[in-house]
Amino acid sequence: MATQTIEKLRYERPVITSLNAGVTNKFGTKSLHAPLSHIDGVSVKEIIQKYGSPVFILSERKIRQTYREAYRAFTSRYPKVQFAWSYKTNYINAVCNVFHQEGCWAEVVSIFEYKKAIGNGVQGKNIIFNGPEKTDEDLLLAIQNDSLIHIDHLDELYQIIELTTKIKKRPRVAIRVNMDTGVYPMWDRFGFNYETGQAWDAINKIILTDKMDLVGLHCHIGTFMLSANAYAVAAIKLADLALGIKEKHKQNIEYIDLGGGFASKNTLKGSFLPGSDTIPTFDDYADAICSTLLNAGFTKENLPMLILESGRALIDEAGFLAGSVIANKRLSDGRRAIVMDMGVNLLFTSFWYDHRISPVEESGNHTENAVIYGPLCMNIDIVRESVTLPPLKKGDHAVIHTVGAYNMTQWMQFIAMRPNVVLIDTEGKTHVIRNRETVDDLNKMEVMPEHLKKFKL
Amino acid sequence: MQLRIKGNIAVSESGFVFDPSTGDSYSINPIGVEIIQLMKQTLSEKAIVDAIVERYQTEPQTVEKDLYDFCNLLVKHQLADRI
Ligand SMILES: Cc1ncc(COP(=O)(O)O)c(C=O)c1O
Repeated sequence: MATQTIEKLRYERPVITSLNAGVTNKFGTKSLHAPLSHIDGVSVKEIIQKYGSPVFILSERKIRQTYREAYRAFTSRYPKVQFAWSYKTNYINAVCNVFHQEGCWAEVVSIFEYKKAIGNGVQGKNIIFNGPEKTDEDLLLAIQNDSLIHIDHLDELYQIIELTTKIKKRPRVAIRVNMDTGVYPMWDRFGFNYETGQAWDAINKIILTDKMDLVGLHCHIGTFMLSANAYAVAAIKLADLALGIKEKHKQNIEYIDLGGGFASKNTLKGSFLPGSDTIPTFDDYADAICSTLLNAGFTKENLPMLILESGRALIDEAGFLAGSVIANKRLSDGRRAIVMDMGVNLLFTSFWYDHRISPVEESGNHTENAVIYGPLCMNIDIVRESVTLPPLKKGDHAVIHTVGAYNMTQWMQFIAMRPNVVLIDTEGKTHVIRNRETVDDLNKMEVMPEHLKKFKL
Repeated sequence: MQLRIKGNIAVSESGFVFDPSTGDSYSINPIGVEIIQLMKQTLSEKAIVDAIVERYQTEPQTVEKDLYDFCNLLVKHQLADRI
Protein backbone atom coordinates (compact mmCIF):
# COMPACT_ATOMS: atom_id res chain seq x y z
CA MET A 1 0.00 0.00 0.00
CA ALA A 2 2.68 2.46 1.09
CA THR A 3 4.88 1.77 -1.91
CA GLN A 4 1.93 2.22 -4.19
CA THR A 5 1.31 5.71 -2.80
CA ILE A 6 4.90 6.70 -3.34
CA GLU A 7 4.79 5.60 -6.97
CA LYS A 8 1.84 7.86 -7.65
CA LEU A 9 2.47 11.29 -9.10
CA ARG A 10 2.07 14.48 -7.10
CA TYR A 11 -1.40 15.86 -7.72
CA GLU A 12 -2.06 19.39 -8.85
CA ARG A 13 -5.35 20.98 -9.74
CA PRO A 14 -5.94 21.17 -13.54
CA VAL A 15 -5.43 24.74 -14.76
CA ILE A 16 -6.01 26.52 -18.04
CA THR A 17 -4.57 29.98 -18.59
CA SER A 18 -5.26 32.31 -21.45
CA LEU A 19 -2.11 33.38 -23.28
CA ASN A 20 -3.66 36.25 -25.18
CA ALA A 21 -1.61 39.36 -25.69
CA GLY A 22 -2.36 42.22 -23.36
CA VAL A 23 -3.03 40.14 -20.33
CA THR A 24 0.51 39.79 -19.10
CA ASN A 25 0.56 40.25 -15.39
CA LYS A 26 2.34 42.93 -13.54
CA PHE A 27 4.87 41.29 -11.20
CA GLY A 28 4.45 38.23 -13.36
CA THR A 29 8.00 36.96 -13.08
CA LYS A 30 8.49 33.36 -12.15
CA SER A 31 10.63 33.97 -9.10
CA LEU A 32 7.73 35.67 -7.37
CA HIS A 33 5.77 32.44 -7.33
CA ALA A 34 8.64 30.37 -5.99
CA PRO A 35 7.56 28.64 -2.82
CA LEU A 36 8.77 29.90 0.53
CA SER A 37 9.09 26.71 2.52
CA HIS A 38 11.48 28.03 5.18
CA ILE A 39 12.10 31.32 6.97
CA ASP A 40 15.60 31.61 8.45
CA GLY A 41 15.98 27.88 7.98
CA VAL A 42 12.81 27.05 9.93
CA SER A 43 10.04 25.17 8.16
CA VAL A 44 6.92 27.31 7.77
CA LYS A 45 4.78 24.19 7.79
CA GLU A 46 6.21 23.14 11.13
CA ILE A 47 5.62 26.60 12.56
CA ILE A 48 1.99 26.38 11.48
CA GLN A 49 1.66 22.87 12.91
CA LYS A 50 3.11 23.99 16.22
CA TYR A 51 1.61 27.46 16.62
CA GLY A 52 -1.56 27.29 14.57
CA SER A 53 -2.86 28.88 11.41
CA PRO A 54 -2.71 31.76 10.75
CA VAL A 55 0.43 32.88 12.56
CA PHE A 56 2.61 35.96 12.40
CA ILE A 57 6.31 35.16 12.08
CA LEU A 58 9.10 37.64 12.79
CA SER A 59 12.75 37.13 11.92
CA GLU A 60 15.03 38.54 14.59
CA ARG A 61 17.94 38.10 12.24
CA LYS A 62 16.27 40.25 9.59
CA ILE A 63 15.35 42.98 12.08
CA ARG A 64 18.93 43.26 13.27
CA GLN A 65 20.36 43.06 9.78
CA THR A 66 18.04 45.80 8.47
CA TYR A 67 18.69 48.02 11.45
CA ARG A 68 22.46 47.64 11.07
CA GLU A 69 22.21 48.48 7.39
CA ALA A 70 20.31 51.69 8.20
CA TYR A 71 22.63 52.54 11.08
CA ARG A 72 25.71 52.06 8.92
CA ALA A 73 24.26 54.20 6.13
CA PHE A 74 23.92 57.14 8.53
CA THR A 75 26.92 56.68 10.83
CA SER A 76 29.27 56.37 7.87
CA ARG A 77 28.18 59.86 6.82
CA TYR A 78 27.47 61.74 10.04
CA PRO A 79 29.22 61.69 13.42
CA LYS A 80 26.25 61.78 15.82
CA VAL A 81 23.33 59.51 14.96
CA GLN A 82 20.62 58.11 17.21
CA PHE A 83 17.69 55.96 16.15
CA ALA A 84 14.51 55.87 18.24
CA TRP A 85 12.20 52.92 17.70
CA SER A 86 8.75 54.06 16.59
CA TYR A 87 6.59 52.05 18.98
CA LYS A 88 3.37 52.31 17.04
CA THR A 89 4.95 50.51 14.11
CA ASN A 90 5.25 47.33 16.16
CA TYR A 91 5.09 47.55 19.94
CA ILE A 92 5.27 43.90 20.85
CA ASN A 93 7.75 44.11 23.73
CA ALA A 94 10.14 41.49 22.35
CA VAL A 95 10.36 43.43 19.08
CA CYS A 96 11.01 46.69 20.93
CA ASN A 97 13.75 45.04 22.93
CA VAL A 98 15.53 43.79 19.82
CA PHE A 99 15.76 47.44 18.77
CA HIS A 100 16.74 48.57 22.27
CA GLN A 101 19.48 45.93 22.34
CA GLU A 102 20.72 47.41 19.08
CA GLY A 103 20.89 50.81 20.77
CA CYS A 104 17.62 52.45 19.78
CA TRP A 105 15.80 54.85 22.04
CA ALA A 106 11.99 54.73 22.17
CA GLU A 107 9.68 57.03 20.21
CA VAL A 108 6.12 56.96 21.53
CA VAL A 109 2.91 58.78 20.64
CA SER A 110 0.70 57.95 23.62
CA ILE A 111 0.93 57.32 27.33
CA PHE A 112 0.14 53.66 26.63
CA GLU A 113 3.25 53.37 24.46
CA TYR A 114 5.20 55.49 26.95
CA LYS A 115 4.40 53.04 29.73
CA LYS A 116 5.33 50.12 27.51
CA ALA A 117 8.74 51.69 26.92
CA ILE A 118 9.27 52.28 30.65
CA GLY A 119 8.12 48.70 31.29
CA ASN A 120 10.67 47.45 28.79
CA GLY A 121 13.36 49.18 30.82
CA VAL A 122 14.02 52.22 28.65
CA GLN A 123 15.23 55.15 30.75
CA GLY A 124 12.97 58.18 30.67
CA LYS A 125 15.66 60.38 29.16
CA ASN A 126 15.79 58.04 26.16
CA ILE A 127 12.09 58.29 25.39
CA ILE A 128 10.79 60.75 22.82
CA PHE A 129 7.16 61.61 23.54
CA ASN A 130 5.41 62.69 20.34
CA GLY A 131 1.76 63.09 19.49
CA PRO A 132 -1.07 65.58 19.86
CA GLU A 133 -2.63 64.08 23.02
CA LYS A 134 -0.82 64.37 26.32
CA THR A 135 -2.75 64.92 29.56
CA ASP A 136 -1.38 66.84 32.54
CA GLU A 137 -0.69 63.55 34.21
CA ASP A 138 1.18 62.23 31.15
CA LEU A 139 3.27 65.37 30.87
CA LEU A 140 4.13 65.43 34.58
CA LEU A 141 5.35 61.85 34.35
CA ALA A 142 7.43 62.67 31.27
CA ILE A 143 8.89 65.79 32.90
CA GLN A 144 9.70 63.85 36.06
CA ASN A 145 11.49 61.23 33.95
CA ASP A 146 13.48 63.77 31.88
CA SER A 147 11.88 62.49 28.69
CA LEU A 148 12.01 64.48 25.49
CA ILE A 149 8.61 66.09 25.02
CA HIS A 150 7.84 67.04 21.43
CA ILE A 151 5.28 69.79 21.51
CA ASP A 152 2.61 69.50 18.86
CA HIS A 153 0.50 72.67 19.30
CA LEU A 154 0.26 75.95 21.21
CA ASP A 155 -2.25 74.53 23.66
CA GLU A 156 0.29 71.92 24.68
CA LEU A 157 3.00 74.58 25.01
CA TYR A 158 0.83 76.65 27.36
CA GLN A 159 -0.16 73.48 29.22
CA ILE A 160 3.52 72.73 29.91
CA ILE A 161 4.21 76.31 30.97
CA GLU A 162 1.35 75.95 33.43
CA LEU A 163 2.66 72.61 34.71
CA THR A 164 6.09 74.05 35.45
CA THR A 165 4.53 75.92 38.34
CA LYS A 166 3.73 72.55 39.93
CA ILE A 167 7.03 70.79 39.43
CA LYS A 168 10.60 71.82 40.15
CA LYS A 169 12.11 70.30 37.04
CA ARG A 170 12.74 72.07 33.77
CA PRO A 171 11.07 70.07 31.01
CA ARG A 172 13.26 69.07 28.05
CA VAL A 173 11.28 69.87 24.95
CA ALA A 174 11.40 70.08 21.19
CA ILE A 175 8.80 71.44 18.83
CA ARG A 176 7.39 69.48 15.97
CA VAL A 177 7.64 71.49 12.76
CA ASN A 178 5.64 70.92 9.60
CA MET A 179 6.72 72.32 6.26
CA ASP A 180 6.49 72.19 2.52
CA THR A 181 9.04 69.67 1.26
CA GLY A 182 7.61 69.48 -2.24
CA VAL A 183 5.76 66.28 -1.41
CA TYR A 184 1.97 66.15 -1.44
CA PRO A 185 -0.19 65.78 0.48
CA MET A 186 1.68 68.01 2.88
CA TRP A 187 1.31 66.90 6.49
CA ASP A 188 0.41 70.17 8.19
CA ARG A 189 -1.91 68.94 10.90
CA PHE A 190 0.90 68.10 13.31
CA GLY A 191 3.24 70.64 14.80
CA PHE A 192 3.99 74.27 13.95
CA ASN A 193 4.32 75.44 10.38
CA TYR A 194 7.71 76.61 9.13
CA GLU A 195 6.70 78.77 6.20
CA THR A 196 4.08 80.84 8.03
CA GLY A 197 6.32 81.60 10.99
CA GLN A 198 4.36 79.52 13.52
CA ALA A 199 7.50 77.58 14.35
CA TRP A 200 9.37 80.78 15.20
CA ASP A 201 6.48 82.00 17.36
CA ALA A 202 6.64 78.80 19.38
CA ILE A 203 10.43 78.92 19.65
CA ASN A 204 10.40 82.51 20.87
CA LYS A 205 7.68 81.77 23.38
CA ILE A 206 9.60 78.79 24.81
CA ILE A 207 12.87 80.67 25.09
CA LEU A 208 11.46 83.93 26.41
CA THR A 209 9.27 82.31 29.09
CA ASP A 210 12.39 80.43 30.23
CA LYS A 211 10.55 77.60 31.96
CA MET A 212 11.83 74.73 29.88
CA ASP A 213 14.87 73.77 27.80
CA LEU A 214 14.42 73.75 24.05
CA VAL A 215 16.76 70.88 23.22
CA GLY A 216 15.58 69.76 19.80
CA LEU A 217 13.65 70.36 16.61
CA HIS A 218 11.48 67.64 15.15
CA CYS A 219 9.60 66.88 11.99
CA HIS A 220 7.98 63.85 10.43
CA ILE A 221 7.21 64.83 6.87
CA GLY A 222 5.11 61.85 5.86
CA THR A 223 5.22 58.13 5.48
CA PHE A 224 6.43 55.84 2.70
CA MET A 225 8.33 58.78 1.21
CA LEU A 226 9.54 57.89 -2.24
CA SER A 227 11.68 60.99 -2.52
CA ALA A 228 14.95 61.13 -0.61
CA ASN A 229 15.23 64.78 -1.61
CA ALA A 230 12.22 65.70 0.52
CA TYR A 231 14.42 64.90 3.55
CA ALA A 232 17.12 67.24 2.28
CA VAL A 233 14.50 70.00 2.15
CA ALA A 234 13.31 69.16 5.66
CA ALA A 235 16.89 69.08 6.96
CA ILE A 236 17.64 72.52 5.46
CA LYS A 237 14.57 74.02 7.11
CA LEU A 238 15.24 72.55 10.55
CA ALA A 239 18.93 73.51 10.28
CA ASP A 240 17.85 77.03 9.38
CA LEU A 241 15.74 77.21 12.56
CA ALA A 242 18.57 75.79 14.68
CA LEU A 243 21.10 78.26 13.27
CA GLY A 244 18.60 81.09 13.72
CA ILE A 245 18.11 80.13 17.37
CA LYS A 246 21.88 80.19 17.84
CA GLU A 247 22.12 83.61 16.30
CA LYS A 248 19.10 85.18 17.92
CA HIS A 249 19.06 83.54 21.34
CA LYS A 250 22.65 82.26 21.64
CA GLN A 251 21.36 78.77 22.39
CA ASN A 252 22.46 75.48 20.94
CA ILE A 253 19.97 72.97 19.66
CA GLU A 254 21.18 69.52 20.77
CA TYR A 255 19.39 67.48 18.15
CA ILE A 256 17.50 67.54 14.91
CA ASP A 257 14.95 64.74 14.65
CA LEU A 258 13.84 64.02 11.10
CA GLY A 259 11.17 61.51 12.11
CA GLY A 260 10.43 58.41 10.09
CA GLY A 261 8.80 57.77 6.75
CA PHE A 262 11.46 55.84 4.83
CA ALA A 263 9.71 53.46 2.46
CA SER A 264 9.79 49.73 3.11
CA LYS A 265 10.17 47.10 0.40
CA ASN A 266 6.46 46.88 -0.20
CA THR A 267 4.51 47.70 -3.34
CA LEU A 268 2.00 50.50 -3.03
CA LYS A 269 -1.35 49.72 -4.59
CA GLY A 270 -1.53 51.04 -8.12
CA SER A 271 2.21 51.12 -8.77
CA PHE A 272 3.38 49.14 -11.74
CA LEU A 273 6.75 47.99 -10.49
CA PRO A 274 7.42 46.08 -7.29
CA GLY A 275 8.43 48.40 -4.45
CA SER A 276 11.71 46.57 -3.99
CA ASP A 277 12.83 47.88 -7.42
CA THR A 278 11.78 51.49 -6.97
CA ILE A 279 12.16 52.72 -3.41
CA PRO A 280 15.18 54.73 -2.27
CA THR A 281 17.79 52.83 -0.24
CA PHE A 282 18.97 53.79 3.26
CA ASP A 283 22.08 55.16 1.54
CA ASP A 284 19.94 57.44 -0.64
CA TYR A 285 18.09 58.85 2.36
CA ALA A 286 21.27 59.13 4.42
CA ASP A 287 23.09 60.90 1.63
CA ALA A 288 20.35 63.50 1.24
CA ILE A 289 20.06 64.15 4.97
CA CYS A 290 23.68 63.98 6.09
CA SER A 291 25.20 66.04 3.32
CA THR A 292 22.57 68.73 3.91
CA LEU A 293 23.26 68.90 7.64
CA LEU A 294 27.02 68.84 7.22
CA ASN A 295 26.86 71.72 4.77
CA ALA A 296 24.24 73.77 6.63
CA GLY A 297 26.76 75.97 8.44
CA PHE A 298 27.06 74.43 11.91
CA THR A 299 30.45 74.62 13.58
CA LYS A 300 32.00 71.28 14.43
CA GLU A 301 31.17 71.69 18.14
CA ASN A 302 27.59 72.74 17.48
CA LEU A 303 26.71 70.04 15.01
CA PRO A 304 23.39 68.69 16.30
CA MET A 305 22.79 65.02 16.92
CA LEU A 306 20.68 63.49 14.15
CA ILE A 307 17.72 61.47 15.43
CA LEU A 308 15.72 59.17 13.18
CA GLU A 309 12.38 57.54 14.02
CA SER A 310 12.21 55.17 11.10
CA GLY A 311 9.50 52.56 11.60
CA ARG A 312 8.24 50.57 8.63
CA ALA A 313 11.57 50.48 6.79
CA LEU A 314 13.21 48.75 9.75
CA ILE A 315 10.66 46.04 10.48
CA ASP A 316 8.37 45.46 7.51
CA GLU A 317 10.53 42.88 5.76
CA ALA A 318 11.16 40.92 8.95
CA GLY A 319 7.45 40.12 9.30
CA PHE A 320 5.49 37.34 7.61
CA LEU A 321 1.93 36.13 7.96
CA ALA A 322 1.54 32.42 7.31
CA GLY A 323 -1.81 30.74 6.87
CA SER A 324 -3.91 28.18 5.04
CA VAL A 325 -6.27 27.94 2.12
CA ILE A 326 -9.86 27.48 3.26
CA ALA A 327 -11.50 27.18 -0.14
CA ASN A 328 -11.26 27.79 -3.84
CA LYS A 329 -14.06 29.43 -5.75
CA ARG A 330 -14.83 30.49 -9.27
CA LEU A 331 -16.52 33.88 -9.42
CA SER A 332 -19.30 34.55 -11.87
CA ASP A 333 -16.95 36.47 -14.17
CA GLY A 334 -14.61 33.52 -14.38
CA ARG A 335 -11.98 34.77 -11.97
CA ARG A 336 -10.52 32.36 -9.47
CA ALA A 337 -10.94 33.27 -5.82
CA ILE A 338 -8.92 31.78 -3.02
CA VAL A 339 -10.30 32.11 0.50
CA MET A 340 -7.56 32.08 3.12
CA ASP A 341 -7.69 32.13 6.90
CA MET A 342 -5.84 35.46 7.03
CA GLY A 343 -7.79 38.58 6.16
CA VAL A 344 -7.84 42.33 6.57
CA ASN A 345 -8.58 41.92 10.28
CA LEU A 346 -4.92 40.91 10.62
CA LEU A 347 -3.57 42.74 7.63
CA PHE A 348 -4.48 46.38 7.84
CA THR A 349 -1.70 47.19 5.37
CA SER A 350 -3.46 45.28 2.60
CA PHE A 351 -5.48 48.48 2.15
CA TRP A 352 -2.25 50.25 1.05
CA TYR A 353 -0.05 47.55 -0.40
CA ASP A 354 -0.17 44.78 -2.95
CA HIS A 355 1.47 42.32 -0.57
CA ARG A 356 3.57 39.63 -2.12
CA ILE A 357 2.21 36.14 -1.46
CA SER A 358 4.15 32.90 -1.80
CA PRO A 359 2.95 29.35 -1.64
CA VAL A 360 4.67 27.22 0.98
CA GLU A 361 4.46 23.91 -0.87
CA GLU A 362 6.17 23.06 -4.15
CA SER A 363 3.96 23.31 -7.20
CA GLY A 364 4.15 22.90 -10.95
CA ASN A 365 5.01 25.62 -13.39
CA HIS A 366 1.46 26.64 -14.08
CA THR A 367 0.04 29.70 -12.47
CA GLU A 368 -3.33 31.33 -12.42
CA ASN A 369 -4.57 34.76 -11.59
CA ALA A 370 -6.67 34.90 -8.46
CA VAL A 371 -8.32 37.25 -6.03
CA ILE A 372 -7.37 36.48 -2.42
CA TYR A 373 -10.09 36.77 0.18
CA GLY A 374 -9.74 36.56 3.93
CA PRO A 375 -12.08 34.56 6.18
CA LEU A 376 -14.37 37.40 7.25
CA CYS A 377 -17.97 37.37 6.22
CA MET A 378 -17.55 40.93 4.96
CA ASN A 379 -17.18 42.32 1.48
CA ILE A 380 -14.14 44.43 2.36
CA ASP A 381 -12.06 41.39 3.22
CA ILE A 382 -9.82 41.35 0.15
CA VAL A 383 -6.12 40.72 0.67
CA ARG A 384 -5.15 40.94 -3.03
CA GLU A 385 -7.39 41.97 -5.92
CA SER A 386 -5.28 40.05 -8.36
CA VAL A 387 -2.23 37.90 -7.83
CA THR A 388 -0.61 35.18 -9.88
CA LEU A 389 -0.21 31.97 -7.94
CA PRO A 390 0.16 28.29 -8.68
CA PRO A 391 -3.02 26.31 -8.09
CA LEU A 392 -3.51 26.08 -4.34
CA LYS A 393 -5.93 23.64 -2.83
CA LYS A 394 -7.79 23.55 0.45
CA GLY A 395 -5.29 23.00 3.25
CA ASP A 396 -2.28 24.29 1.30
CA HIS A 397 -0.29 27.02 2.98
CA ALA A 398 0.85 30.44 1.90
CA VAL A 399 2.98 33.22 3.31
CA ILE A 400 2.27 36.93 2.97
CA HIS A 401 5.49 38.94 2.89
CA THR A 402 6.59 42.25 4.34
CA VAL A 403 3.94 42.62 7.01
CA GLY A 404 6.10 43.51 10.03
CA ALA A 405 5.02 47.15 10.23
CA TYR A 406 1.67 48.40 11.55
CA ASN A 407 -0.19 45.09 11.31
CA MET A 408 0.61 43.80 14.78
CA THR A 409 -0.58 47.14 16.15
CA GLN A 410 -3.50 48.03 13.88
CA TRP A 411 -4.99 44.55 13.68
CA MET A 412 -8.64 44.35 14.58
CA GLN A 413 -10.32 41.96 16.90
CA PHE A 414 -13.22 41.68 14.50
CA ILE A 415 -15.04 38.41 13.83
CA ALA A 416 -11.89 36.44 14.53
CA MET A 417 -9.32 36.58 17.29
CA ARG A 418 -5.71 37.56 16.94
CA PRO A 419 -3.29 34.69 16.38
CA ASN A 420 0.07 33.79 17.90
CA VAL A 421 3.07 35.91 17.02
CA VAL A 422 6.26 33.87 16.78
CA LEU A 423 9.82 35.18 16.72
CA ILE A 424 12.58 33.15 15.11
CA ASP A 425 15.73 34.07 17.01
CA THR A 426 19.15 34.39 15.41
CA GLU A 427 19.87 30.75 16.24
CA GLY A 428 16.74 29.50 14.52
CA LYS A 429 14.79 28.85 17.73
CA THR A 430 11.12 29.84 17.75
CA HIS A 431 9.45 31.75 20.59
CA VAL A 432 5.85 32.84 21.03
CA ILE A 433 6.14 36.56 21.75
CA ARG A 434 2.41 37.25 21.86
CA ASN A 435 -0.13 34.59 22.70
CA ARG A 436 -3.16 34.03 20.55
CA GLU A 437 -6.32 35.47 22.02
CA THR A 438 -8.96 33.22 23.47
CA VAL A 439 -12.69 33.71 23.91
CA ASP A 440 -12.03 33.88 27.65
CA ASP A 441 -9.53 36.72 27.19
CA LEU A 442 -12.14 38.74 25.35
CA ASN A 443 -15.06 37.87 27.57
CA LYS A 444 -13.00 38.84 30.61
CA MET A 445 -13.32 42.48 29.62
CA GLU A 446 -17.09 42.38 29.37
CA VAL A 447 -19.59 42.84 32.18
CA MET A 448 -23.12 41.44 32.11
CA PRO A 449 -25.72 43.48 33.99
CA GLU A 450 -27.71 41.31 36.40
CA HIS A 451 -31.03 41.80 34.57
CA LEU A 452 -29.55 40.50 31.32
CA LYS A 453 -28.09 37.32 32.69
CA LYS A 454 -31.07 35.09 32.02
CA PHE A 455 -33.30 34.49 29.05
CA LYS A 456 -35.66 31.88 27.70
CA LEU A 457 -35.91 31.01 24.05
CA MET B 1 -20.94 17.27 -16.12
CA GLN B 2 -19.99 15.66 -19.40
CA LEU B 3 -18.12 17.68 -22.03
CA ARG B 4 -17.13 17.32 -25.62
CA ILE B 5 -13.91 19.06 -26.60
CA LYS B 6 -14.55 20.92 -29.84
CA GLY B 7 -13.21 19.08 -32.86
CA ASN B 8 -10.99 21.85 -34.18
CA ILE B 9 -9.15 22.43 -30.89
CA ALA B 10 -5.54 21.33 -30.97
CA VAL B 11 -3.84 20.41 -27.71
CA SER B 12 -0.10 19.80 -27.80
CA GLU B 13 1.55 17.45 -25.35
CA SER B 14 3.26 20.39 -23.69
CA GLY B 15 -0.14 21.88 -22.93
CA PHE B 16 -0.35 24.53 -25.63
CA VAL B 17 -3.89 24.95 -26.88
CA PHE B 18 -4.89 26.83 -29.99
CA ASP B 19 -8.41 27.69 -31.00
CA PRO B 20 -8.36 28.39 -34.77
CA SER B 21 -11.87 29.81 -34.74
CA THR B 22 -10.92 32.70 -32.45
CA GLY B 23 -7.14 32.80 -32.69
CA ASP B 24 -6.92 32.49 -28.92
CA SER B 25 -4.28 30.37 -27.29
CA TYR B 26 -4.06 28.87 -23.83
CA SER B 27 -1.69 26.99 -21.67
CA ILE B 28 -2.78 23.94 -19.70
CA ASN B 29 -0.82 22.17 -16.99
CA PRO B 30 0.09 18.46 -17.51
CA ILE B 31 -2.81 17.11 -15.48
CA GLY B 32 -5.17 19.33 -17.44
CA VAL B 33 -3.80 17.91 -20.69
CA GLU B 34 -4.34 14.41 -19.36
CA ILE B 35 -7.93 15.23 -18.46
CA ILE B 36 -8.59 16.67 -21.92
CA GLN B 37 -7.23 13.52 -23.48
CA LEU B 38 -9.56 11.45 -21.31
CA MET B 39 -12.45 13.70 -22.33
CA LYS B 40 -11.60 13.15 -25.96
CA GLN B 41 -12.13 9.45 -25.34
CA THR B 42 -15.65 10.48 -24.18
CA LEU B 43 -15.15 8.91 -20.77
CA SER B 44 -17.75 9.63 -18.13
CA GLU B 45 -16.99 12.04 -15.32
CA LYS B 46 -16.61 9.15 -12.90
CA ALA B 47 -14.24 7.31 -15.22
CA ILE B 48 -12.07 10.42 -15.52
CA VAL B 49 -11.96 10.86 -11.76
CA ASP B 50 -11.04 7.19 -11.31
CA ALA B 51 -8.30 7.42 -13.91
CA ILE B 52 -6.75 10.43 -12.18
CA VAL B 53 -6.99 8.95 -8.70
CA GLU B 54 -5.32 5.83 -10.06
CA ARG B 55 -2.26 7.77 -11.14
CA TYR B 56 -1.98 10.65 -8.65
CA GLN B 57 -1.72 11.11 -4.90
CA THR B 58 -5.21 12.43 -4.32
CA GLU B 59 -8.75 11.38 -3.47
CA PRO B 60 -11.87 11.29 -5.63
CA GLN B 61 -13.53 14.22 -3.82
CA THR B 62 -10.70 16.60 -4.60
CA VAL B 63 -10.54 15.58 -8.23
CA GLU B 64 -14.29 15.85 -8.58
CA LYS B 65 -14.31 19.42 -7.25
CA ASP B 66 -11.40 20.42 -9.45
CA LEU B 67 -12.81 18.72 -12.52
CA TYR B 68 -16.03 20.61 -12.08
CA ASP B 69 -14.15 23.90 -12.06
CA PHE B 70 -11.92 22.92 -14.97
CA CYS B 71 -14.93 21.95 -17.09
CA ASN B 72 -16.58 25.28 -16.39
CA LEU B 73 -13.48 27.06 -17.60
CA LEU B 74 -13.28 25.00 -20.79
CA VAL B 75 -16.87 25.89 -21.54
CA LYS B 76 -16.28 29.54 -20.68
CA HIS B 77 -13.33 29.69 -23.07
CA GLN B 78 -15.53 27.95 -25.67
CA LEU B 79 -13.14 25.05 -26.01
CA ALA B 80 -15.80 22.51 -25.12
CA ASP B 81 -19.56 22.01 -25.17
CA ARG B 82 -21.73 20.42 -22.55
CA ILE B 83 -23.34 17.23 -23.74
C1 LIG C 1 6.15 61.08 14.73
C2 LIG C 1 6.38 59.82 13.98
N1 LIG C 1 7.62 59.30 13.94
C3 LIG C 1 7.88 58.15 13.28
C4 LIG C 1 6.90 57.46 12.60
C5 LIG C 1 7.25 56.21 11.86
O1 LIG C 1 6.98 56.33 10.52
P1 LIG C 1 7.43 55.26 9.43
O2 LIG C 1 6.92 53.92 9.87
O3 LIG C 1 6.78 55.72 8.18
O4 LIG C 1 8.93 55.29 9.36
C6 LIG C 1 5.59 57.99 12.60
C7 LIG C 1 4.51 57.30 11.88
O5 LIG C 1 3.58 57.82 11.37
C8 LIG C 1 5.33 59.20 13.31
O6 LIG C 1 4.10 59.73 13.34
